[in-house]
Amino acid sequence: MNVGIVIVSHSPLVAQGAADMVRQMVGNEVTLAWCGGDPAGGLGTSVEAITKAIDEAWSDAGVAVLVDLGGAETNTEMAIEFIGEPRASQIAICNAPIVEGAIMAATEASGGAPLATVVATAEELSPL
Amino acid sequence: MTGLSSTEFRDLVVAMSGAIAANSEQLTALDSAIGDGDHGANMKRGFEAVEGELEQLADKPVPDALKAAGMKLVMTVGGASGPLFGTFFMTLGKELPEDFDRAGFVDAFGKAVDAVAARGKSHAGQKTMLDVLYPLRDAMLEGLDLAGIAACADAAAEATIPMLATRGRASFLGERSIGHMDPGAASVALLAGVVAQTLKNHTRNLEP
Repeated sequence: MNVGIVIVSHSPLVAQGAADMVRQMVGNEVTLAWCGGDPAGGLGTSVEAITKAIDEAWSDAGVAVLVDLGGAETNTEMAIEFIGEPRASQIAICNAPIVEGAIMAATEASGGAPLATVVATAEELSPL
Repeated sequence: MTGLSSTEFRDLVVAMSGAIAANSEQLTALDSAIGDGDHGANMKRGFEAVEGELEQLADKPVPDALKAAGMKLVMTVGGASGPLFGTFFMTLGKELPEDFDRAGFVDAFGKAVDAVAARGKSHAGQKTMLDVLYPLRDAMLEGLDLAGIAACADAAAEATIPMLATRGRASFLGERSIGHMDPGAASVALLAGVVAQTLKNHTRNLEP
């Protein structure tokens, strides 16, 4: 079972576009879900939508989440807290650029790497 | 001050929601200057959602109502303000005994502020809502009256204008963040002002 990938952007178009790129470049070996937009449909993020996306991409190997800016990260942390243990410790937010990070994480995940390796691979893209 | 009546709670929610709605454009304008221009609209949506559940909330014990209101903010605001303001109210509710006095309230308030700092991975002096929340806590600890507490919140929000933002979206602007009031700080001061006014209307004087 491979690590799942979730993409959370302020913009549904960015999230969907990044997910499309993962599907085309990496394939269907990983579970993948995305969400974007605030609860009213504007630019922003929604804890409820993030929770749903994590459920959708759920894998017993864990889920790596790629986020864009500020509120996307805070709202994802909130969603993980609400999901609670035992699942919470199997969900990790990657400190990585959203598009490149999603593709690198999914590539690593598709080879069966554990969550920590998937996250580390995505985070290699971030400046130290 | 002991506890908070259901009428007082109801009036506080309506006053806070009304103040946010009346000032949402101004809050968004502050956010457009140094953030991403959605703070007022996001806060308005959140507080309107809380007000929309006023009856169910007012039926609950105050700590439970605060927790539920915080959760509602988390689920409806849509920006970082949701988890930040939501965490504040959820923690306040968690830490507040049902029958609280001033000391009990101030203690719970302080823990709620610390929870916001943890949630935002921030601390005082970074040009954020914490730069009003901490002075508010200190004003209460010092035993100021309602008018004094509200004045302190306003002064603290003003004091964010010359600050350099080192956390949040405004930090991307570096030096250009100087000269603008932080929108989160402005919201906290606005809410503190209407809470003080509402309690005063109920002839609460928060005697130390």
